Amino acid sequence: MMSSELLIAFLASTAGAATPLVVASMGELVTERSGVLNLGLEGMMLVGAVVGFGATLATGQIWIGLLAAMAAGMLMSLVFGFLVLTLQTNQVATGLALTLFGIGVSAFLGRGYVGQTVQPMAHLHFPLLSGLPLVGPLLFGFDAMVYASIALVVLIGWMLARTRLGLIIRAVGESPQSAHAIGFPVIGLRYGTVLFGGALAGLGGAYLSLALTPMWVEGMTAGRGWIALAQVVFATWKPRGVLVGAYLFGGVTVLQFHGQGMGLAIPAEFLSMLPYLATIVVLVLICRNPQTILLNRPMSLGQNFKPD
Amino acid sequence: MSTLERRPEPSRRMMLASPLIAAAAMLLSGSVLFLLLGQEPLHAFYTYFITPWTTPYGVGELMLKATPLILCGVGLAIGFRANVNNIGADGQLTVGAICAGAVALYFDEVQAWWVLPLMLLAGALGGMLWAAIPALLRTRFNTNEILVSLMLVYVSYHLLSYLVHGPMRDPAGFNFPQSKMFSDAAMLPLLMEGLRVNAAFPLSLLAAAAAWFFCRHTFAGYRMQVSGLAPAAALYAGFSEPRNVWLAFMVSGALAGIAGVGEVAGPLGQLQPSVSPGYGFAAIIVAYVGRLHPLGVVLSAVLMSLLYIGGETAQIELQLPSAITGMFQGLLLFYLLAADLFIHYRFKPRKRAISTGVSA
Repeated sequence: MMSSELLIAFLASTAGAATPLVVASMGELVTERSGVLNLGLEGMMLVGAVVGFGATLATGQIWIGLLAAMAAGMLMSLVFGFLVLTLQTNQVATGLALTLFGIGVSAFLGRGYVGQTVQPMAHLHFPLLSGLPLVGPLLFGFDAMVYASIALVVLIGWMLARTRLGLIIRAVGESPQSAHAIGFPVIGLRYGTVLFGGALAGLGGAYLSLALTPMWVEGMTAGRGWIALAQVVFATWKPRGVLVGAYLFGGVTVLQFHGQGMGLAIPAEFLSMLPYLATIVVLVLICRNPQTILLNRPMSLGQNFKPD
Repeated sequence: MSTLERRPEPSRRMMLASPLIAAAAMLLSGSVLFLLLGQEPLHAFYTYFITPWTTPYGVGELMLKATPLILCGVGLAIGFRANVNNIGADGQLTVGAICAGAVALYFDEVQAWWVLPLMLLAGALGGMLWAAIPALLRTRFNTNEILVSLMLVYVSYHLLSYLVHGPMRDPAGFNFPQSKMFSDAAMLPLLMEGLRVNAAFPLSLLAAAAAWFFCRHTFAGYRMQVSGLAPAAALYAGFSEPRNVWLAFMVSGALAGIAGVGEVAGPLGQLQPSVSPGYGFAAIIVAYVGRLHPLGVVLSAVLMSLLYIGGETAQIELQLPSAITGMFQGLLLFYLLAADLFIHYRFKPRKRAISTGVSA
């Protein structure tokens, strides 16, 4: 039986591990709802992580780091957008290129940062509330990004379901031809969602290097970008599902750090495999029924659209 | 893009020219980057891209690094042609290396001719086994093979790490996380004394030739091509999609596994915590830049190999960061994708002449 202290530590670090996944997945979700599949998430997160770290190291201000990471993510996604939306290149190949490019660029930019650390993002302290037993450390002791990411889910859920902008995004994702015929700027809108996805991917990456492990390590996302991509599928393209999935995966991810403490006699390497194996298992469970995917996936996902 | 117009039909000339344009654009941006890094661009360019060709050893190294890229790239290209996106070749390579390593260590005392063929077989089977998972999940459960094959790459890394830290660690190796050095019988013969390039290189060329024959002269190859170019036509013709998926994954898995054998029974000579600096991922670029054609893959693998070797040379001689290699790889694919635009489009002539409808 594990102690309550350990349980609290486990649950609290789950939120930390889940937050970058929530943020990056939400960006990708909006991009995909407009019909664009950006497989470059991993690359954009890596560049966000290194740029955010560098900017924070240079200025001493975490918020500047976060903004810089968003800008870097947007710049990366702009390259993707230009190729896919303007030059009409294959989305799968271009996304892969973006990831491979991001891996290279981030390693290049980060070569001077290896071994350095920054002051990690501060945990918020709510008067009275944070001091409550059990509830305090579980709900009121996180950094601002954890709360912001949950707000983001609510906000994007509302935006997609209830606003005119959300309706247009969904319309473009389902049928760019019809949306274009009605007079919506399909390409312009898709540029917008691609850039939005890039900004959030950069932000999610920066959370890794500024809060979760306040340092830069080459390839530090370790496949989180891909897990975030898979998460959009698990969530059947619904914001709420992303939140549930991300916390589930956050839990599996931190299991490897707490596993030994919990008395699991499994080699650390096998615990490290868990997030990837869990991703595969959940993908199978969700995709097993083709109807689920067919009914929920934006109809034009992955297909290019040329207005003329 | 109002100055562009669609070509009546795709330009064959551009199809061949665009990888060259991409390579040239990459070399050009490389020179600009060298300049930004405070290097004398011509000298850096020469060191990076020309020096490796100037010595027999350098050429041997080019062939050595091209080997896993050709093996993986040829396999991936066969899949990509049929719209089967295996991007987990690095994992299949790693598992192939593990299986071959297990054979080599098990028969450590045996100095027999059959050890090496058995390792190649084990490596190929290991790669196929790892590739069978995404193939099975896609055909049986409709699961996206991109995500599954990629997840399995990370699983394979951790598996290898576990093995070299635990069961396969050299007992007399001072606790270093690596296996015993393989015996001579478990090493691929070198092509030439003094060079590191080994028998896996001609093997990779053989694989490329076989792949060319498969794509060009077999019905199965034709079916896969049709499925990639015109899925609806393939469906109408009754070509089975699961069969394509399986075939693509089995071929690319086996070749990636053999590439893994080539590494551990070649330059590495043992199992180490990492057996590939991302060859399986670079091979994706190799496949695309090679136009998904086996011959093209061989050429683009040499180019990619040059990026690796040049990066090492430049790091030693000019103290340039080795991470440049990864950037160049990504850039190359970007440029290719952009240049491919001109396969289907061309610039509109400035004067609006009456079009005769005839074009190159």
